[in-house]
Amino acid sequence: MISETTAAAADSLAEHEETIGVWIQHHLQNSPEWHPFPGVHIHLPHFSSFNFLGMNIDLSITNHVVMLWFASFILLTMFWLSFRRIKKVPTGFANALESLVIFIRDDIAIANMGEKEGKRFTPYLVTAFFFVLISNMMGLIPIFTTSTGNINVTLGLAAVTFFSTQYFGVKEQGLIGYYKNLVPHGVPLLLWPLMFVIELMGLIAKHVALTIRLFANMTAGHIVLFAFLGLIIMFKSFYVAPVSIGFGIFVYFLEMLVALIQAYIFTVLSSLFIGMSVNPEH
Amino acid sequence: MGEWSFALAYLAAGLGAGLVTLGAAVGIGRIAGQAMDGTARQPEAGGDIRTTMIIAAAMIEGVALFGAVICFLLAGIK
Repeated sequence: MISETTAAAADSLAEHEETIGVWIQHHLQNSPEWHPFPGVHIHLPHFSSFNFLGMNIDLSITNHVVMLWFASFILLTMFWLSFRRIKKVPTGFANALESLVIFIRDDIAIANMGEKEGKRFTPYLVTAFFFVLISNMMGLIPIFTTSTGNINVTLGLAAVTFFSTQYFGVKEQGLIGYYKNLVPHGVPLLLWPLMFVIELMGLIAKHVALTIRLFANMTAGHIVLFAFLGLIIMFKSFYVAPVSIGFGIFVYFLEMLVALIQAYIFTVLSSLFIGMSVNPEH
Repeated sequence: MGEWSFALAYLAAGLGAGLVTLGAAVGIGRIAGQAMDGTARQPEAGGDIRTTMIIAAAMIEGVALFGAVICFLLAGIK
């Protein structure tokens, strides 16, 4: 009877969609409805796209947008509840949060940006770290999906870093001075235009790399997890389940580690880029 | 060439994914090996070496995933 159910599930899959690839994509993509539990489908409001400067902007609410809201809500609630009563020596969960914030301030911000600038940029780095961490971890809980698995979300996060580097770099060194200092000192005049173009492309490429690194790590991890679970459906048999779930658990723990590491890398690289633009090395 | 173009795209996606994994594994394996050598020489520097190793490994993985994203795009052609 169990094998009949599995076969029936696999056949219904074959009716609606074509392959396992489409099943995996369906779970990872942005979709206009959110189904937290197997029977529950929540249709999210759809707004028609409007034209703005020649681009069609579609602001309808999709499930990744709902996940962004959840992540911000969890972040704000976590910090607000822990630090409602400010004591000299925090206890409990506030202790853990404070040790993480101090780690980011000392080992990431001040190490990469110097004393004064480090303290100034710590709030942004703490926000980036916790937001990326919570969003990544949310993808591992069955009700939620990973909002950082959408390249638009990670592009938005990297764009904040990009615009901070440009804005604070120009504020610190002046408009011409900042772009002149992109090219290292001591480059002969003949090579200067070439080096300038290369440095400009490097600036864009570094931030695009920040985007794609976070997006691809999250999406690839989830694709592997779904692929292992999809083996059960593909073989239409119950006996693949122990192997499949065993590998799935291993990949799940690897995913948790990758979520933590990617949040850390995003923060470290953001601090490195902002530090390089604010204090140019000579 | 019309019917073959999809087949070649899928084949390229598969081969590309394998090559990308190979490149990432060689790079990260070398870094981890040198990190272990460094820690064996000077155990007090273990914490710094571990941090640098993780950062470098994440960079290499980022580059490998550029290639993987292109493989996703190729494998998704209809």
